Amino acid sequence: MTLRDVAYARTGDKGDTCNISLIAFDERDYPRLVAQASAERVKTLFEGIVRGDVTRYELPNLGALNFVLTRALGGGVTRSLSLDAHGKALSSLLLELEI
Amino acid sequence: MSARPLRIGCGAGYSGDRIEPAIELVERGTLDVLVFECLAERTIALAQQAKAADPDAGFDPRLNERMEAVLPEARRRSVRIVTNMGAANPPAAAARTRATAERLGVRGLTIAVVTGDDVRELVTNGSFSAQETGETLTRDNVVSANAYLGAEPIAEALRRDAHVVITGRVADPSLFLAPISVHHGWAADDWTLAGRGTLVGHLLECAGQVTGGYFADPGVKDVPDLARLGFPIAEVDADGTAVITKVAGSGGCVTGATCKEQLLYEIHDPAAYVTPDVVADFSTARVTDLGGDRVRVEGAGGRPRPDTIKVSVGQFDGWIGEGQISYAGAGAKARGRLAAEIVTERLRLIGVAPLELRTDLIGVDALHGGHGARGSEPYEVRLRVAARTATAADAWRVAREVESLYTNGPAGGGGASTVVRQVLAMRSTLVPRDRVSWRVDYLK
Repeated sequence: MTLRDVAYARTGDKGDTCNISLIAFDERDYPRLVAQASAERVKTLFEGIVRGDVTRYELPNLGALNFVLTRALGGGVTRSLSLDAHGKALSSLLLELEI
Repeated sequence: MSARPLRIGCGAGYSGDRIEPAIELVERGTLDVLVFECLAERTIALAQQAKAADPDAGFDPRLNERMEAVLPEARRRSVRIVTNMGAANPPAAAARTRATAERLGVRGLTIAVVTGDDVRELVTNGSFSAQETGETLTRDNVVSANAYLGAEPIAEALRRDAHVVITGRVADPSLFLAPISVHHGWAADDWTLAGRGTLVGHLLECAGQVTGGYFADPGVKDVPDLARLGFPIAEVDADGTAVITKVAGSGGCVTGATCKEQLLYEIHDPAAYVTPDVVADFSTARVTDLGGDRVRVEGAGGRPRPDTIKVSVGQFDGWIGEGQISYAGAGAKARGRLAAEIVTERLRLIGVAPLELRTDLIGVDALHGGHGARGSEPYEVRLRVAARTATAADAWRVAREVESLYTNGPAGGGGASTVVRQVLAMRSTLVPRDRVSWRVDYLK
C-alpha cells in the first residue's frame, strides 16, 4: 500500500522551498506515518527534484507531519522552467510512497 | 472590548478569484468584516511597472468589479472591508473606490489608505543584498521593493472608524489579525493572542482552500458542489478561539480535514511562523470537527515579533522562451523524445546557448521527473521545451524551434504553441523594523 491509503497531503511554496503536509485520515495511523515516512525516505523519493535538504516536523496534535524541501522549485516559483512552477503537484508524489 | 465573537469572512484568496462567493458572504454571512486577499508575491512587482507607465494605475485590475459587487450591501449591513487590492498604488485604488461608491449612491463612506510598504529608496542605498543571490541591491537592478507591513496600520484605521481599508503589501494574516484585535481590544504585545489571531488569518487567507477547494480527490476525499463553493467565515472569541464555518447552503465543506490541510499550507517550522506581528506557534493548535460545517480551532501560541521586516524585491532575470507540440497514438512517446533531441541539436547548430534548458514530455515526466516515466505507454504526449535566456531574441528562437517541428520534425506533431515572457524574479531582504514607517490617510 501507499501513503495515499492512510493520509492526504497539500503542497505550499515559498521561493525555492516547498513544504508538503502529510495528514492521517485516522489519527490512530499517525504513528505509522512517523515510522514510515522518514525525511530520508522522502528525500530518496524526490531524488532529481529536490536538490537541497528534507526536514520533517511532527504535529501529534493534528496527526500530521510537515516536510520542508529546500532547493526544490527550480530556483524559485518566479523563475522556474518547470511546467508546475509552484510544485503544487508534488504532494501527489509524496502519497506514492510505499508503506 | 467586546465579549461578542467577531464574524470575519474572506471574499478572495487571490486576485483572479471568484466574485459570487464574496457577494454571498456579505448578503448571508452576518459579517462584521470582509477581507479580500489579492496580492501574490509577483503581483506587486508587475503593478509597480504598471504604475511607472501610468501614475493612476498599479492597483488590482478587478478592484472595480469587486467593489461594485459588494460595496452597497456592505455599507447597508455595516460590513467593513479590508483589502490589499491597493497593490502598488493604494491612493489610486482608494480614489477609484470612492468614485465607485459615489456612482452607486453609497454615502458617508470613510476609506483608509495605508502606505509605507514601498521601500525601494531604502533597500537600494547600497547596504542591502538579496538573500537568495547575495547580490547588492541597486537602483539599476531592482524593479520593486515592498516591505511586509503588519496589522498596526489597519488596526489604526479601524479604530478611527474606516469603513474600507485599502493597503499595498501587508502580511496576509495581518489583514485578519487587525480587525480581530481591534474588536476584542487585544494588547499589541499579547503574543499568545496575536499568534491565535494570526492562525485564524492564515486559515482564511486563501478563501476557498479551507472550505473544500483544492481538496477533492474523488472516492478518497469527496467535496459537494464545488461549482458553488462557499468562502469561509471565522467566529473569533476574545481568547482567540475560533470556529471556522461558511454560509449555510453554499457548496464545499468545512471539516477537520480541510482545516488541517490549510493550517499547514505554506508552513515551514510550525512552531515558528514569522509575520511582522508575531512569531506564531501553530504546533500547539488543536482542531475539533463540531459537525455541520463547523470546526473549532484553538490553542495556538506566540512569541515576540521579529526586529526585522521582510522585503519582497522584484528583479529582472532574463527571459523564458517556451514551445509545445503534441504526439498521439502508437509510438507517441518515441516521437516526442525524438522531437526533444531535434530541438536541442538545433539550438546548438544556430548558436543559442540558453542559461538553462528543460525538455519534458507532458503525460510522462513533466511533473515528477523520472518517477512518471515508469508504467504503461501513454496514448498521447505533449513535448514542452522551456529555456531561460539572456535576451528576448534568444527566447523566441527557442520557441520557434519547437513550432518548426511541424514541417521539420517527427510525424504527426500537432497543436504547437509558443510563449515568451520576461522573468521578474522575486527575492527578499530584511530591513530593521524602525526603518519602515507606514502612514494612514483618510478619504471621505
